[in-house]
Amino acid sequence: MDFSVHIGSLTLKNPLIAASGCFGYGVEYADTIDLSTLGGVAVKGLFLSEREGHAAPRIVETPAGMLNAIGLQGIGVRRFVDEHMPELRARRATVIVNVCGTTIDEYVEVSRILSDTEGVGAIELNISCPNIKEGGIQFGCSLTGTFDVVNAVRHVTTLPLFPKLTPNVTDVASFARAAEDAGADAVSLVNTFLAMVIDVETRRPSISNVVGGLSGPAIRPIAVRMVHECRQAVKIPIIGMGGIAEARDALEFIIAGASAVQVGTANFVDPFIWAKLLDGMTDYMRRHGLSSIGDLVGTLDAAAREAGSHA
Amino acid sequence: MPVDVSAEVIANTPLSGHYNVLALAAPAIAAAAAPGQFVMVKASRGHDPLLRRPFSVFEVLRDRRGLPLGISLLNKRVGPSTSRVYSAKAGETIACLGPLGRPFTVVEPPADAWMVAGGVGLAPFAALAEALRAREVRTTLFYGARRSEELFYLDFFRNLGVALEITTEDGSAGEQGRIVRPLERRLAARDPDDEVMVYACGPEGMLAATARAARTYDRPCEVSVERIMGCGMGGCYSCVVPMRTRSGGVHHVRSCLAGPVLRGDDISWE
Ligand SMILES: Cc1cc2nc3c(=O)[nH]c(=O)nc-3n(C[C@H](O)[C@H](O)[C@H](O)COP(=O)(O)O)c2cc1C
Repeated sequence: MDFSVHIGSLTLKNPLIAASGCFGYGVEYADTIDLSTLGGVAVKGLFLSEREGHAAPRIVETPAGMLNAIGLQGIGVRRFVDEHMPELRARRATVIVNVCGTTIDEYVEVSRILSDTEGVGAIELNISCPNIKEGGIQFGCSLTGTFDVVNAVRHVTTLPLFPKLTPNVTDVASFARAAEDAGADAVSLVNTFLAMVIDVETRRPSISNVVGGLSGPAIRPIAVRMVHECRQAVKIPIIGMGGIAEARDALEFIIAGASAVQVGTANFVDPFIWAKLLDGMTDYMRRHGLSSIGDLVGTLDAAAREAGSHA
Repeated sequence: MPVDVSAEVIANTPLSGHYNVLALAAPAIAAAAAPGQFVMVKASRGHDPLLRRPFSVFEVLRDRRGLPLGISLLNKRVGPSTSRVYSAKAGETIACLGPLGRPFTVVEPPADAWMVAGGVGLAPFAALAEALRAREVRTTLFYGARRSEELFYLDFFRNLGVALEITTEDGSAGEQGRIVRPLERRLAARDPDDEVMVYACGPEGMLAATARAARTYDRPCEVSVERIMGCGMGGCYSCVVPMRTRSGGVHHVRSCLAGPVLRGDDISWE
């Protein structure tokens, strides 16, 4: 069975990628699972320098989901390259680095450093973190901002480039188009949905940042709809995510038009989820007589559904 | 290297209307667990509640030949997950990932060990007491609770040869007041040349006061912190604790990886 996925010059062994911010720098899991068996590892978002992030509490559970405002705590790109890239290379992980910035110059500089680093497979441009004021989201919520930052980074790297889109906009497909126009190799979506939880006894917000990003199974149907909309708007591959917890969830995204998928929150619940997802997908392909996962991408049968609803 | 076990409930022993001890069959976790480590427990199937919850390894259970059989958890019912753990039935299975985290440093004689527990903060001290007593370390448990009905496992500690100092907030057992009071008295009375290691687990205020007292009397102190955790593996950066930096600032560390046992002195107590 052929699970390989091609995105720009990058080949993934299979379509399952650990989502950024949900898998540390990858090395945390290296003794627990074989990193080389994943399609890719998207590491925690990195700025040029270290950041401490927000105070605790940083997460709260919600029905079938969770809210987080970590605040992009991180060790900065240089320490990541020095301290963690050697191990990720040795473990043969396909490394996708989630790049953050407060200015276009910072995105460019971080991307330049990664382009000069052996073993980086791709750059995922985080223009969609809802949890910090000064970074990313100001680009991700404006069409010209999205175009400008993708375009600027495109000029300094030949690495596959995947802008990661926010769902906190009215028409996500237009942002996918702006990213494609600026030279992106693919788009990743979705990042988390801006949300809020209040403790009614104390009347205080449940997390220190007041608002945070909603992830997990609760968001999946919205994320699938957004992948479906983007599929119709752009030609470049889509990396879909949001609430995947079982093989059929991943298949839903693939049928909607995603070439690969990421799993975030569900990895918290089950760090051994990867082999289970792949088994489930293998079983599905066997039942449906498919030999290549690529043959399933974007195969939504919209007409049949409409006919069915009249029956 | 943690394992994820679908652990069968061997026994569920209620201790009160809110506390219970859940014994789980998990030989691989029991064999690897060190005192102070924790497991991530998924008490319910499905997505509500979604995340696992961290629990200290309370006891390491052994069969008649002394081989590791499983672990027990000391649970206090406060929310949906802990309510599930409270009402779990023998024969059910519960997903249990571990062992995780950095354990306590188990001292050797001639050092004495003083364990300071507040409420459900007793959780890591059964396993620690066994390890200490196996090394013949003179061990004292300072144990504070709201009232006498919330003091558990006293005979277990007595049978291990652990000395007890008890306080309750309502005075229904031991001295009335907070556990830090007798701890401070004993620290003040102790000959500075006799080594003591202080271990603490419990509410944040108690941990801070214990760390402060240990520092005042220049004693090493390890505290086991409890934070809201997303994954227990270092993946999410949810469970951070602010640590003092040399330059006078703070640096957030993940309590699942750097802890849950941290040096009391290193934490930036608010
Ligand atoms: C705790 C946490 C931290 C995250 N950190 C990042 C991050 O650093 N960069 C990023 O692009 N997305 C981040 N995300 C978003 C995820 O990568 C993903 O887009 C989102 O959670 C939806 O997928 P899921 O429902 O499978 O978790 C984070 C999500 C969570 C839950």
